[in-house]
Amino acid sequence: MSVLVNKDSKIIVQGFTGSEGTFHASQMIEYGTNVVGGVTPGKGGQTHLDKPVFNTVSEAVDKTGADTTIIFVPPAFAADAIMEAADSGIKVIITITEGIPVADMIKVNNYIKNKNCRLVGPNCPGVITPEEAKVGIMPGFVFKKGNVGLVSKSGTLTYEAADQVVKQGLGITTAIGIGGDPIIGTTTKEALELLINDDETKCVVMIGEIGGQLEADAAKWYKESGSKKPVVGFIAGETAPAGRTMGHAGAIVGGSEDTAAAKKKIMREHGIHVVDSPAEIGKKVAEVLA
Amino acid sequence: MNLHEYQGKQILNSFGVDIQRGYVAQTPQEAVEVAKKLTDETGTSWYVIKAQVHAGGRGKGGGVKLAKGIEHVEEVAGQIIGMDLVTPQTSAEGKHVHQVLVAEDVYYPGDSEPSEIYMSVLLNRATGKNMIMYSTEGGMDIETVAEKTPHLIFTEEIDPSVGILPFQARRVAFNLGLEGKAFKEMTKFVTALYTAYEKSDSSLFEINPVLKTSDDRIIAVDAKVTLDDNALYRHKDYAEMRDLREENATEVEARAKGLNYVDLDGNVGCMVNGAGLAMATMDLIKQAGGEPANFLDVGGTADAERVESAFKLILKDPKVKAILVNIFGGIVRCDRVAQGIVDAYKNIGEIKVPIIVRLQGTNADIAKELIDNSGLNVHSVIQFQEAADKVQEVLS
Repeated sequence: MSVLVNKDSKIIVQGFTGSEGTFHASQMIEYGTNVVGGVTPGKGGQTHLDKPVFNTVSEAVDKTGADTTIIFVPPAFAADAIMEAADSGIKVIITITEGIPVADMIKVNNYIKNKNCRLVGPNCPGVITPEEAKVGIMPGFVFKKGNVGLVSKSGTLTYEAADQVVKQGLGITTAIGIGGDPIIGTTTKEALELLINDDETKCVVMIGEIGGQLEADAAKWYKESGSKKPVVGFIAGETAPAGRTMGHAGAIVGGSEDTAAAKKKIMREHGIHVVDSPAEIGKKVAEVLA
Repeated sequence: MNLHEYQGKQILNSFGVDIQRGYVAQTPQEAVEVAKKLTDETGTSWYVIKAQVHAGGRGKGGGVKLAKGIEHVEEVAGQIIGMDLVTPQTSAEGKHVHQVLVAEDVYYPGDSEPSEIYMSVLLNRATGKNMIMYSTEGGMDIETVAEKTPHLIFTEEIDPSVGILPFQARRVAFNLGLEGKAFKEMTKFVTALYTAYEKSDSSLFEINPVLKTSDDRIIAVDAKVTLDDNALYRHKDYAEMRDLREENATEVEARAKGLNYVDLDGNVGCMVNGAGLAMATMDLIKQAGGEPANFLDVGGTADAERVESAFKLILKDPKVKAILVNIFGGIVRCDRVAQGIVDAYKNIGEIKVPIIVRLQGTNADIAKELIDNSGLNVHSVIQFQEAADKVQEVLS
């Protein structure tokens, strides 16, 4: 088992023929991901990376049976691309684009809430199920197959954590990059829930950062669920000053409850194994699984 | 992006929000000229002179003063323009005041007592919707109100598919205890304010105070406006309002070079790819006994040019005793980053502080060899923990 994406996922790429889309789609295909085509309005009928290009998502769904999309559309047009995917019956919408205006995401959030789909991101590295599907921009070789699930707001910190887990002789079931924006589709809690409910996943690594309440919500859910699967947590930004945005648009300390210290305290109180050092994530996973 | 009070008020007013009127002035003489103009337009005979800097609590530091007559304007403006204003929100050195807002007096006597209200518009991250937060306790620090009298803070969440509705505007006015003309004015005010927030793509409006005047008008006396940087492409006119004098010079330079940089007070500089890893690296520096001197995300490419710009930015800070470079090479290969570091180092010439480079990921071992053989004063490590140990070693 795995969550969100696997070898049977039929994946299209929105923003397929642009430079980002082209580069990462070819990396995904090389990894063995089942990319069935792509969408670039106005370029329908062409072939790109040996795959068909469509004008609209609904046409792509009709012709290929696609159920998953990855979006590389520039920020000004990305919200529209997400809503088009939702309208066309795509089930899993993974949005890589960074820099989408918050007002656009409020609209998206409202539009997709009654649609039968799951949005991951935006401003995220994507989702990978090792040896099955890489639907994102992460370096595939870092993620070896195994039974540790990973949920994270960050890109490179996810690779770092996965690398540490793999160096312990373990591996990853699915790694979900949920993104670092103020409004994201899949929350920490939802990603954690997916992984906890996955039979193959024996332990989950949950990586958060300053700003918002997502990690606290996830921690509360975890305790209430009564799950026996151990969760290892880390929160980045202990040293970040209040009121400043640290790279990710959502990484800003607004009050006393969204600091790294406050989040770590809540996570510990709800049974999560929190490490203070980002260098000890892998070691802690090995310890709790031993 | 943060705006000055006078700029925020301009935006508010352009969407029909009533404001305390005024004009900005760069010199005491200009302050007198605009004060005269203001009297012609509003009839005011007293003037509030307010420092225009990006910091709250200006009154406490002597940045807001009343001139009781046109003959006092030059002197009062002269006291404020050019001062280094220290407020609870600035550093100990304060912020240099380049300009003042000369505003009409709105606390004039009349049929009823004036009263101050707090109002802000912001995103509720938990629900993904905007909300209006308001309180009868205006003119005070809202954090203090939240702590001492939380029952006096109200919120109104806005449904994005329909926007602010008339019953919501009425509820705001009722909760604020307003009646008659003031009630009606408040429903107009709050509706216009929310519309302005949406149309201007703002991420924060904080109006403290909103004033009910003695003749029952509702006006914005102050305005803290923060715009969504990601939406500035839709508002070229607002983008031009950016006042670079209010921002950290190194951060301005970094932005021009496409680097994401935040200046901090510590002694260990860092250069990292990715925001999350950058914050984690800062945390690791602290745990190793240092203090981070900056946040710096070089982004995905980390080529020689970017690395050189980043080094130069970090080295501007005389407090920096060591630099930690932490790159997780995924799509970008570590050996190319290593070559970039070596080239940048040679281009800059002598770098007096030790540099610790941690490259992990694709071709990490080749990268380490490349750096070890470069003959430069650069320590190369592969594991995250080794980097921390090395920082500790060079600091002691």
